[in-house]
Formats: sequence, structure tokens, C-alpha cells
Amino acid sequence: MAVALLTYTTMAGFLADVPRLHIVNETIRALYFHVPMWFGMVALFFASAIYAVKNLRTPSITNDLYSSSLAHAGMLYGTLGMITGMVWAHYTWGTFWHWDPKQTGAAITYLVYLAYFVLRISVDNSEQRARLSAVYNIFAFAAMIPLIFIIPRLMDSMHPGSGGNPGFNVYDLDSRMRLVFYPAVAGWILTGFWFASLRIRTRQVEEHLSEIEYENN
Amino acid sequence: MTWLYIVRKEWTLELRKKSILSGLLLYLFSIVFILYLTFSQGVIQPLVWSALLWITVLFTAINTIAKSFIAERRGIFIYFYYAVSARDFIIGKLAYNALLCTLMSTVGYGFFILFLEDPVQDHGIFLLTILLASLGFAFSLTLISSIAAKTNNSHVLMAVLSFPIIISVLLMAIKVTKNCLDGLGWEASNDELLILLAINSLVAALSYLLFPYIWRS
Repeated sequence: MAVALLTYTTMAGFLADVPRLHIVNETIRALYFHVPMWFGMVALFFASAIYAVKNLRTPSITNDLYSSSLAHAGMLYGTLGMITGMVWAHYTWGTFWHWDPKQTGAAITYLVYLAYFVLRISVDNSEQRARLSAVYNIFAFAAMIPLIFIIPRLMDSMHPGSGGNPGFNVYDLDSRMRLVFYPAVAGWILTGFWFASLRIRTRQVEEHLSEIEYENN
Repeated sequence: MTWLYIVRKEWTLELRKKSILSGLLLYLFSIVFILYLTFSQGVIQPLVWSALLWITVLFTAINTIAKSFIAERRGIFIYFYYAVSARDFIIGKLAYNALLCTLMSTVGYGFFILFLEDPVQDHGIFLLTILLASLGFAFSLTLISSIAAKTNNSHVLMAVLSFPIIISVLLMAIKVTKNCLDGLGWEASNDELLILLAINSLVAALSYLLFPYIWRS
């Protein structure tokens, strides 16, 4: 598994480096950073929900660890996506935050996963924590994430891709950008999974160490 | 039809105890009364009216449903665990909470008409919205309350876990309310009502599927 993860990381490292070479001061370039963040976040949360389902089917500490670590990495991507989006909005819209429907949706997602972590903290029994948080994870993912894609489309938004603003398709017509954009998405998603795997492995090592300590005493 | 028995049992218990139902009605009444005292001087803008109504309905719904799992004694759960299957139990709870929630919101709307004014122009659509929103509140809050009941600080957690999930229902309801206040007719609110219906069925299905895992502990 470590070998597979290492190949992941090297691939991600090379791929994620690609867009950095192309930085010029144009706001379209936010596409390379901002958009992959959201793709990565959704991918990570999706993986987290899958592990939550697995955890309900066959309860195990590993599944719970995977689920929570993936959610952690997803939160990191959400934060980065929000920051990159705010920087972009500052230059294009003039303010960092102005309650655009997309921003509201992002804030709601953020709240959902913050609630998930609060839930994890407030249950003492680890078995019960795994089960309850898995249920909430699935519930929140299935109930919220689709809505974040649907509801903003119903409202007027200044975000690119809606309300007559040029979106992906216009940018994608330029095939050179597509060459950079798709690897960037893949690279960031893989990096995200690598982040999660780092956390998982450190946790496993910590547990192993405490077991050894326990045995020695 | 085991779930019907549960609905009937809840209802008879509710009538027998009286304290909860009358407490909730009084809670609703005092909110509206305070609003009346606050706004008796001037005219309420329609938008402010809708905000007040939905906040009242939301808080009443949270209080109504929070008691369905949090306030029950442990012994009752152990009895039900042996007596009925988890699926029947959750259907019964969902149905009963939906009933109670709809009742509460309709009564709340009645109080609003009585004490404040009634700026709604399309009563049919508005009542349908109230019905759908109450169902949405009931379905999503029931599962959340069963999760929260298992934790240490259940009342705080109830609010934290439910708000992100509720927001989407609330957003749609507020949009339709605005259309009703402007008297725009069915065509304007069709999409939103359909989405509300979709959210409700999604959330109800998820609760049905996920509840057995919580029930086990």
C-alpha cells in the first residue's frame, strides 16, 4: 500500500507542479487553482462518504479513520478553495465576500463538515462515535452536496458559468488551457488523497506506538 | 402496519401527558405575542413578516422534534427495541413528527394572522409551502435528533447538526413565500415546490435507510 501511495505522491507532485510554470497575472488563471480545489473537495468528501458506508456495513476502526481523514483533507481543500475564490473575487468583483449564491453554498458545506467534527468530538465511546458520525456523514453528503450544485443554478449569480457569464466551456475552447486544467484537477485530487493518507498513516503509527507502550508497561 | 400503532401510541401519550403539547403551543403563542408587542407600533414589511414567520416555524419545529428522541426515557427505547423493528419504528416516528410539525406550523400561521397581519396573496400555494416545509423539517430533524440523543450535549448538538441541513429547505420556502407575497401564481413557484418535494423524499429515504444503524446501539 505504501508503494502505491508513493507512486500517487510522485505523480501528484509532478502533475501539481505543471500549472505553477504558467502563472501570469491574469485572473483566468484562477481556473488552475480555484476550480481544482472544489473538484478535489467534492472528490474527497465523496470518498469520505463511501468509507462511511463501508463503515456501517463492516464496522472497523480503519474505515472510520479513512472516513474522518478524508473529510479533514476535504475541509483543507474547502478552505483553500474559499481563499483562492476570495482572492479572485477581490480583483474581479471588488470585494472578498458578498453573499453570491455560490459563496453561500460553500459556506453551508463548510458548516456541515464543521458540525461533523463537532459531533465526533462530543461522543466518547469510539465505536458509537464511528457509527453516529458515519450516519451523519452520509446524510449530510447525500442531502447537501447535490443541493450545492442545484440551488445556486436557480438563483442569479455573478460566478462564472452562470447568469450569462462565460464559464468553463468558453475557457475550454482554448485547448492549451485544457491541457493544463485537466492535469491540474487530477494532480490536486491525487494530492488531496495523499494528504489524507499521510494523516491516516500518522494516526496508525500513533496507535501502534501507544499499543507498544501499553504492552511494555 | 406496525408503524400506525406507533403513531397512535405517540398521539395517545401526547394527549395523556398534555404537558408537552400545551407547552409547545404556549411557546408558539408567546413568540407571536412578543412579536406583536414589538411591532404593534408600525407596519410590518412583507419581507420582515416572512422572516419572522419562518424563524418562528423553524424554532418551533426544532423544539417539537428534539423531544421525540432526546426527552424519552431509556427504558422505552429498550422496550421498543424488542417490540418492533427499526424500520417500522422510524416510519412511525417520521409520520408522527410530520403530523405534529405540520400542525404546529399551521397553528403558528394562524397566530400570525390573528396577531400580526396576513400579507399573503396566494393562500393555496402558501399553505402547500408550509406543508412541504414542515415535512422537510420533520424528516430531516428526526434523524438528527436520534443522533444527537446519543451524545453528551444533545441540545447544543441538535442545533449545530440540523442547521446546515435545514438551510436548503428554508431557502426554498423563503423563495416561494416571497412569490406568494407578491402574488405571482403557480408558474413562478413551480420549480421551488418541486425541489422541496425532492428534498423531502430524499431526506425521508435517507432517514429510513440510515436509522437502523443508530438504533442498534
